Amino acid sequence: MTTFQGLWRNLMGRKEVETAAIETAEVLPELTTQIMQINLDIAPHDPLLAYVQNNSGVMEVERLKLESPALQTLRQAGIQLVVPLVSQSELIGLISLGQRMSDQDYSSDDRKLLADLAAQAAPALRVAQLVRQQQLAFAERQRIEQELKVARLIQQTLLPQTLPDIEGYEVTAYYQPAREVGGDFYDFIYFPDGKIGFIVADVTDKGVPAALVMATTRSILRATAERLVSPGAALARTNDVLCPQIPPKMFVTCFYALLDPATGHVRYANAGHDVPYCHTADGVVELRATGMPLGLLPGMVYDEKEMMLKKDEYVLLYSDGLVEAHNPKREMFGFPRLQALLAGYADGATVRDYLLEQLAAFTGIGWEQEDDVTLVTLQCLETGDRRLETNNLQSPISSLQSSEEWQMLASFEVASAPDNERQAMMQVAEVVKVLPLSAKQVDRLRTAVAEATMNAMEHGNQYDHDKPVQVSVAKSETAVRIHITDQGGGKPVKDTAAPDLEAKLAGEQSPRGWGLFLIKNMVDEMNIHQDDVHHTIELIVKFEEIGD
Amino acid sequence: MEKVAFKAEVEQVGRTAVLHMHGEINGAADTELSAAYTQAEQSSPTAITLDFKRVDYINSTGIALIVGLLARARAAHCPLTAVGLSDHYREIFTITRLSDFMEIR
Repeated sequence: MTTFQGLWRNLMGRKEVETAAIETAEVLPELTTQIMQINLDIAPHDPLLAYVQNNSGVMEVERLKLESPALQTLRQAGIQLVVPLVSQSELIGLISLGQRMSDQDYSSDDRKLLADLAAQAAPALRVAQLVRQQQLAFAERQRIEQELKVARLIQQTLLPQTLPDIEGYEVTAYYQPAREVGGDFYDFIYFPDGKIGFIVADVTDKGVPAALVMATTRSILRATAERLVSPGAALARTNDVLCPQIPPKMFVTCFYALLDPATGHVRYANAGHDVPYCHTADGVVELRATGMPLGLLPGMVYDEKEMMLKKDEYVLLYSDGLVEAHNPKREMFGFPRLQALLAGYADGATVRDYLLEQLAAFTGIGWEQEDDVTLVTLQCLETGDRRLETNNLQSPISSLQSSEEWQMLASFEVASAPDNERQAMMQVAEVVKVLPLSAKQVDRLRTAVAEATMNAMEHGNQYDHDKPVQVSVAKSETAVRIHITDQGGGKPVKDTAAPDLEAKLAGEQSPRGWGLFLIKNMVDEMNIHQDDVHHTIELIVKFEEIGD
Repeated sequence: MEKVAFKAEVEQVGRTAVLHMHGEINGAADTELSAAYTQAEQSSPTAITLDFKRVDYINSTGIALIVGLLARARAAHCPLTAVGLSDHYREIFTITRLSDFMEIR
């Protein structure tokens, strides 16, 4: 169907018309002009269309003998003359004229003028139409690109910036988004007792909606995992919280494993995600655990399983994008192929690169990636019960307490008010004067105590004057221990990853957030204990050996 | 030890502006520090020096303030130098990687 706007225009006197001929609708003061807009729909089979396409020049409406509804419309609107506008054999418009206001007929000069006008106007109009089409197409492409950019940005800010650095293990990760961000994400959660959570997840759909659901799911899962610890319970709770929030028909598959690096013990649960594989000396084992994807139905229960990750064994977590990749023959990469490849490959540190090579060989050149590809590997390098290095948040709480006998040296309170951390700092410094600590250790301990106390007052007690911070100092034969306790128990533990200075300088992060990081680096051990009411930061500084 | 409120003075040394700081750099120092830095920027210096000789305490909020100054300096392409830091605070500047972005003398 073609739609035209007809112009009904007055032409009075030849001279004025000539000057007005090249420009459109230029109105001179003496003229009164009436312009009427008609919405003219010409059906594809309307004979008028064929007629004007095959005949050029000025046509008298009255003289056209055609069975044409469009012609009827023109006649009813009082149109007397039509002139087709044709460019490159294509009809692009019509100039339509109604009755001259002077009641005279249109002269042959008038008609010649019209024909000339049409010849000039047609190509110009065509160019204008093409330009407009281009602009619309360009704007649409811009809009799509912008949405892709936003989706990608959302997703990138949520993926981990660093890999876990675990003594005795090696972790690798790989992520390659499809052109339209496909909703994959992976995450690592660090627990104060040294355990580490590994998450790989996939959101249905693509683009910005998927990225937003991913962001939401990740937040809920982090908070839940930190509080509930058990993978099965964490997924169940996450599912319950996510269900009312997730857009209809969207869901998230998710695999969550909790590693205890000290023992190699792994607990895991799965919400409909691709089954991870574990490469053992006896072959490739599936880590199966039943459960529905997140966000479908509330009240779901998630099976929890466990295993021991032994020396040289590795676990591979991955997403759809790998197994659903197609080669030029439209065959799928598939699970059997993946399993077979893993069976023959013993090195967890490089299995990622190996799989990517295999994937590239399988899909060939010019592969259009349909979905995000995510790979996370975890390999155990050493086995057995490990005492982890000092100065590491991931050390087990019990390492010193069980074998040490602590003698209380001092216990006091400071009110939760800004600046009172200095009082705590000075009192502790006073108490430890008698202990064999170097000047450097004392300086560091002062900073650690001040920061821990600030943290307790601000975050634990919200600077509530009725909630003082309790500080205790104890010593053993080999170390000094400070406990700083607030009433902020029962909350998820804060992320203690190193602050990203570059991100802060670029304005991407708040310049704050240095407290826990500083504490960790000022003492030999920092541990966090909490129950539902209280939250304690424990600082341990070991006495240096004589002659060190 | 008595608490010393934060104070800062700006001194022009050639084309370098020197910010002499006294007391504690904590949250309460924000306004004064920011104002002093703005004053230092006024002369369009080719470099800015932060003098910590008379600073006896910097906490994590203070570090955040210094990060803020560093961001301003970088935006203005003005190199920042820190002088007069005690060994302890030098260590803290290293741990926080501030020393990667400013000279410590």
